[in-house]
Amino acid sequence: MNREDFEILKSDIIFFDNNATTFKPKEVVDAVVEYYTKYTSNAHRGDYKTSLKVDMRYEEVRELVKDYINAESSKEIVFTSGATDSLNMVAFGFFKNILKKGDEVLITKLEHASNVLPWLELESEIGIKVKYAKLDENLKLTPKSLEESLTKNTKLVSLAHVTNTIGDVRDIEKIGEILKKKNIYFVVDAAQSIGHRKIDVRRSNIDFLAFSGHKMLGPTGVGVLYGKYDLLVKMHPTRVGGGMNSYFESDGSFMYHEPPSKFEAGTGNIAGVIGLGSAIKYINKVGLKNIEKHDQELKDYLLKRLLEVENVTVLNKNAESANILFNIDGVFPQDTAVYLDHYNICVRAGNHCAKLLKDELGIKNTCRISLYLYNTKEEIDKLIEVLKNSKNIFEVVI
Amino acid sequence: MDKNLRREIILDNFQNPFHKKDGTFDGYIKINTNNESCIDNLDIYFKVEGGYIIDAYFNGEACAISTSATSIMLRRLIGKTILEAENLLKNYQNMINEKPYDENLLEDLIVYDEIYLQPNRKNCALLPSKAIERLVKDLKK
Repeated sequence: MNREDFEILKSDIIFFDNNATTFKPKEVVDAVVEYYTKYTSNAHRGDYKTSLKVDMRYEEVRELVKDYINAESSKEIVFTSGATDSLNMVAFGFFKNILKKGDEVLITKLEHASNVLPWLELESEIGIKVKYAKLDENLKLTPKSLEESLTKNTKLVSLAHVTNTIGDVRDIEKIGEILKKKNIYFVVDAAQSIGHRKIDVRRSNIDFLAFSGHKMLGPTGVGVLYGKYDLLVKMHPTRVGGGMNSYFESDGSFMYHEPPSKFEAGTGNIAGVIGLGSAIKYINKVGLKNIEKHDQELKDYLLKRLLEVENVTVLNKNAESANILFNIDGVFPQDTAVYLDHYNICVRAGNHCAKLLKDELGIKNTCRISLYLYNTKEEIDKLIEVLKNSKNIFEVVI
Repeated sequence: MDKNLRREIILDNFQNPFHKKDGTFDGYIKINTNNESCIDNLDIYFKVEGGYIIDAYFNGEACAISTSATSIMLRRLIGKTILEAENLLKNYQNMINEKPYDENLLEDLIVYDEIYLQPNRKNCALLPSKAIERLVKDLKK
């Protein structure tokens, strides 16, 4: 759907790596170019017209994000460089100061590196314990198995809403309800879901939410950290400098601004934020419900057709999101990706930054197809045709 | 070299690699080599005595180019002195990077003489050379 909005699709590229990043509609590119060509200025600085315009646009995006995730206030929206940055800020600016030795953080073995390594760092720095929740036979995390994995020492649960590998969609509403009753903090990595399905931070009782702009049709290098306001007040900035302080004196005294600007030291990615705003408007216009429906239909079609191919093994037949892992029997996934690239089909080969997945799946590396609104059944047909003819794979890749 | 023969040698070394086996054995130096941008990840084990590489084997996961290049490279290295290995490596790297090299010295490693036509596979062909570079550096200390 909406393929005409994406300039890059005018080439014959078939892009099946949307978990890694997404294409940008013309509106987003135009918004970024407009900032650089029509009103370049810094934010929060000048009294001149273009600077005021930048301020307005920048803060307007905070409102857009607030409504998009149903936060209570735009003061709960912090602009970051991406989900990784957001999760690092939460781990080192908030949890490092409130967790104590022996406290437990519960994650899963399906998490992305950015939702594992900050906690492992805290494990080594302050002696917390990183625990992994039980998964069912399809590697799904159910609210029940999560609840069973909680102990009296669990202080925090940090989960991807949608995993970037097997495509598990976690029931964050139910999980949020369980954690609220037990007074356990809830951090959600929404990198893979934010452009695909509705998230309501209040309904799901989320304390902190992290996501990136570039996985939801926006620019690279920009993202969001949402935090409940009272928690952001307690959180320490992990970077300090210009734009985030009220004063500092030679006697050593200083004071920071209130959130969110307390966390936005230095000149932000203004063009990125403006582009992100444009991406949110675009998604709102297309409709998240329509995107979700399209994702589902395409994923079902892809799965059905992949199962037709004799020498292909699908590793996550129960995927809920539009994200399928597969291998060609006897072929290393990277060779498969190079083979498909020969036909201009882009897929990802590897462990997808989820290096603990191998413990659960028993396979270290796979090829991944991740779909988005502009993908079509015709593209899937082309992929299937190429896979069916893959007997000549080594003639192509060697 | 004939295209089909080249492919046959590479494929044979991928599907039946020389000295690819699991496990660790006494007396071997283990060196890991991996590509940051992809998933090739191999451990190469060398046994060095009296300045000679007297044995080598490897294990891990890597693509057809990386695996076959490691297989051929190890076969060529066994029996060579550290200095000979260094020279072989230099010529191999020159070939991959389109610089002058001694074809006779490289023997069947010349199957990668056109890998530069696929820039994204150059790192695959260079995977074993990173490990050997480190071995040579460590032993020359």
